[in-house]
Amino acid sequence: MIRTAWLVLKKDLTVEVRSLEIAYTTLFFAISCVLFFAFALVKEGKAPEDGAAGILWIAIAFGGTLALGRTFERERQSETLRALLMAPADRPAIYIGKLLGIVALLVAAEFVLVPLVAFLFQAPLLSHPFWLGAVLLSGTIGFATVGTLFSAMLVRARSRDVLLPVLLYPITVPVIIAGVRATAALLQPDVELAIVRFWVALLIALDVVFMTLALWTFEPLMTD
Amino acid sequence: MISVDFDDLTAEDVSRHFGRRRALSRISFHTPRGSILGLLGPNGAGKSTMLAVLATLLRPSSGTVRYGTHTASASGAALRSRIGVLGHDLFLYPELTAHENLAFFAGLYGALDARHAASAALQRAGLADRAHDPVSSFSRGMRQRVALERALIHGPRLVLLDEPFTGLDDASTAALVSRLQGLRDAHAIVVVATHDLDLAEGLLDSALFLRDGRVAEVVARPDSLRSTYRSIMRRST
Repeated sequence: MIRTAWLVLKKDLTVEVRSLEIAYTTLFFAISCVLFFAFALVKEGKAPEDGAAGILWIAIAFGGTLALGRTFERERQSETLRALLMAPADRPAIYIGKLLGIVALLVAAEFVLVPLVAFLFQAPLLSHPFWLGAVLLSGTIGFATVGTLFSAMLVRARSRDVLLPVLLYPITVPVIIAGVRATAALLQPDVELAIVRFWVALLIALDVVFMTLALWTFEPLMTD
Repeated sequence: MISVDFDDLTAEDVSRHFGRRRALSRISFHTPRGSILGLLGPNGAGKSTMLAVLATLLRPSSGTVRYGTHTASASGAALRSRIGVLGHDLFLYPELTAHENLAFFAGLYGALDARHAASAALQRAGLADRAHDPVSSFSRGMRQRVALERALIHGPRLVLLDEPFTGLDDASTAALVSRLQGLRDAHAIVVVATHDLDLAEGLLDSALFLRDGRVAEVVARPDSLRSTYRSIMRRST
């Protein structure tokens, strides 16, 4: 199972490094979001309190939705998804490989977004790098876990581009809220780590629930 | 990776519906190893749907497909490890090189040395000198040859080919025909869905003529396929 997931991940990253298609569109869209909010909300050099946390997560969610849509669209174009499903490999391993590829891409985007948001909104996002990393990673995994499953499920639907956000956002609201609250807690002048820890624990619990459901349902969803 | 083997392929009253549309209706046939079965018929006859059912990608709405004594529902991944499929779409990643594509699929099928398996396959396809070029730079015929090697890289017992002659020039067609005859000699079960009756002529051991998802006729050792096809189609309209 690990070997199959690694093969799928390596293949996805190789394809992405060659085309840079998902990376460019995701980053362009996410950076545009941050810039629009910065122009709208930052007045005379002062940003709204906690605004940075919400805007960072909006950029991740919107950019991530674009990336999720494309990752299975690519498998559909040459019908390679059929070839993946025909292989004698465990189908949940294929899901894990695709999920890891999306998480890697979103984490790379976050390396650009975090300094940009910190700079434009004068937010001390990097004052607790370990906790910020924990919040972003656990939140990104939760978001991508649901998104990868829905993206796979909708790959043959005609209106998949519309349906993906319609299905994805309501289910991932708890992840986004927990991510925003945890990030906002890190932006306070006196950071209460107990609060951050609570939100990170909640994010990890959501990751476990979503991952279990996704692994359980991926095979039946992809059959027929 | 657990694998199973089988000596024949049997479809028993296989039907497949998509909503209210009936794509296949009570299809039955039997074909032993070391033979080439042709699925022939006009567009929409159900050839590709039948191949998808045989490939275990679609479950029949009713009826059974038996791979020797095994069924898709019972044997799953072990059975898929003995099936190779060349679809109408080629199942290749255009951004990857021919070698990377084949090594990836060899790895998925559990090859111990996927890179070596990919190199050997490219040698067989006569594309060793283009191994490290992206597939997107290949002609349709060259892609088809890579795709055929992808389908055969794990030494399948059952080989399913959907319109394999599409886009091939004369030399590539002759190479494909010779490869299929080689698979028959190696005791594989080959099922070919094709429109190209002239190319299928002399290649098939038996032919299943489909029309509107039904079996119009089963012909053993078919010769003069085109006239047989015409008379069958005339009768069934």
